[in-house]
Amino acid sequence: MYLCRNHRCFLCILEHVFITTHIFAFEMKKMLDFIIRSNERLNSRNHLLKVSPSTGEKLPPMFPGQFVQIWVDDSPATFLRRPVSINFIDEKKNEMWLLVQIIGEGTKKICARKEGSLLNMIFPLGKSFSIPPDTKTKTLLIGGGVGTAPLLFLGKVLKEKEFSPEFLLGGHSGKDLLQLDNFEKYGTVYCTTEDGTKGEKGLVTHHSVLQKKKYDFIYTCGPQPMMMAVARYAHENGIHCEVSLENLMACGFGACLCCTEKTTKGNVCTCTEGPVFNIKELTWID
Amino acid sequence: MDRLKVTIGDLELKNPVTTASGTFGYGSEYADFIDLNRLGGIFVKGTTLEPREGNDYPRMAETASGMLNAVGLQNKGVDYFVTHIYPTIKHYDTHIIVNVSGSTVEDYVACAEKLIALEKIPAIELNISCPNVKEGGMAFGTSAVSAARVTKAVRKVYPKTLIVKLSPNVTDISEIAKAVEAEGADAVSLVNTFLGMAIDAESRKPLLSTITGGLSGPCIKPIALRMVWQVYHAVNIPVIGMGGISNWKDAIEFILAGATAVQIGTYNFIDPTVSVKVIEGIENYLDRHNLRSISEIIGKLET
Repeated sequence: MYLCRNHRCFLCILEHVFITTHIFAFEMKKMLDFIIRSNERLNSRNHLLKVSPSTGEKLPPMFPGQFVQIWVDDSPATFLRRPVSINFIDEKKNEMWLLVQIIGEGTKKICARKEGSLLNMIFPLGKSFSIPPDTKTKTLLIGGGVGTAPLLFLGKVLKEKEFSPEFLLGGHSGKDLLQLDNFEKYGTVYCTTEDGTKGEKGLVTHHSVLQKKKYDFIYTCGPQPMMMAVARYAHENGIHCEVSLENLMACGFGACLCCTEKTTKGNVCTCTEGPVFNIKELTWID
Repeated sequence: MDRLKVTIGDLELKNPVTTASGTFGYGSEYADFIDLNRLGGIFVKGTTLEPREGNDYPRMAETASGMLNAVGLQNKGVDYFVTHIYPTIKHYDTHIIVNVSGSTVEDYVACAEKLIALEKIPAIELNISCPNVKEGGMAFGTSAVSAARVTKAVRKVYPKTLIVKLSPNVTDISEIAKAVEAEGADAVSLVNTFLGMAIDAESRKPLLSTITGGLSGPCIKPIALRMVWQVYHAVNIPVIGMGGISNWKDAIEFILAGATAVQIGTYNFIDPTVSVKVIEGIENYLDRHNLRSISEIIGKLET
């Protein structure tokens, strides 16, 4: 049932039209200026930017797992764009939410942008998470740190499609768990923290819910070691598992061949063939 | 529109703005952003006789005003290009030029031969300057003798326009340019990337899997410009200039230094519409300076 998710794949379009089991993007990529509607500091390292097209045009269809490339235009020291995953789409307000973690100079500059200023972006990029055909499918969305960002959007879409998604979110400490109120709108939220300040103490893969409940579909995004542990768990338990990778990239649309990931089909670009991969496509598990 | 026309070997380009191999895929990657038919030409991804998986990840490191790459000529091989990619791009109303690379002289020759029959491929660019492969590539471009040898061998079999892409990682780039001109190259393109490296001070590890890689972007422009100027004065064949071009002004500078055409490379990653902006900027420059043709300023640096 899970096809190639190619942007313009005929079969995917047909499947979408007739069965709607499967998310894909047929929208053209664009380069556009966005106006920052708000810039909220969530904690010392993370900002939530809500942006909308400065032209006033309606946002094109975008899907959970896709990302944007942000131009840091006043900064020669940070030459390349910064890839950021789409955190949420607020259709009513025509706003896209971006959860940006301050990692280096580029993200620091983006987070310092004031409300009302412009951000140039290339979007929407990459392939999305897939949606199971049966709404009874038990889905668990596992996120770590800022890796929870695309899972909020995914949770919203799953809920709208009448799934009952559950979330398992992990961080070092309680203050690292972001947007919990938002997640709770779309399903049950389980938490782990390494210092035990919120939820169960330990790592996401040690959470008791994984022993108690059986899931059919796991989506995960976060630090690579966490995703690998989740992928191993899913593999051992025969659960369909999709991971969202964040390999270093230059262009974001398949031209530079820098963000490659080793897969069963050889090296492929994370930006166009991913960032979402079924773990069966990767070489993580022998 | 004729005033933007330039000639490279047997090729007439509708304007001097082309896109550099390795930064522009096969063109289609940019079709959402620009009308590809507006370009003077597209130099497509480096192509080899056999498929190549390229180097291990990480292959990229950002630098001040530029980036290092160590892709290592990942491509599906010339046969795949001929049967699968060429049919999807041959309808473009622009010149598609294939960048050809190899580990041995025989590889270059065999690869070039397979491209002769493709009607819409009027030229090839011999890549004797890739710094990211263990065998061949830059090894051919760093000595006048080996550069001449591979040019001579390909020239013997390839009847269409032959462009040779030079490496800047040499003591005297003019010597290499003269050597390939003597063996029948119709044009030279320069420069490929500069060999560089990046280190993570905290982990004490290199940032590229290959330790060293090719530096590109605006940071290399002054050196590239100097090399284009030197080569323009050393040879009688057209020079295609590249290295850090990010706007029309950069392109005009290369043309004044002696470039008949330019290639835009790394900046396509930042602004996928830059090539069209450069064409428009050049037209505007001709208007402002009352020039009838771009050819009036090729190499017309006033010293």
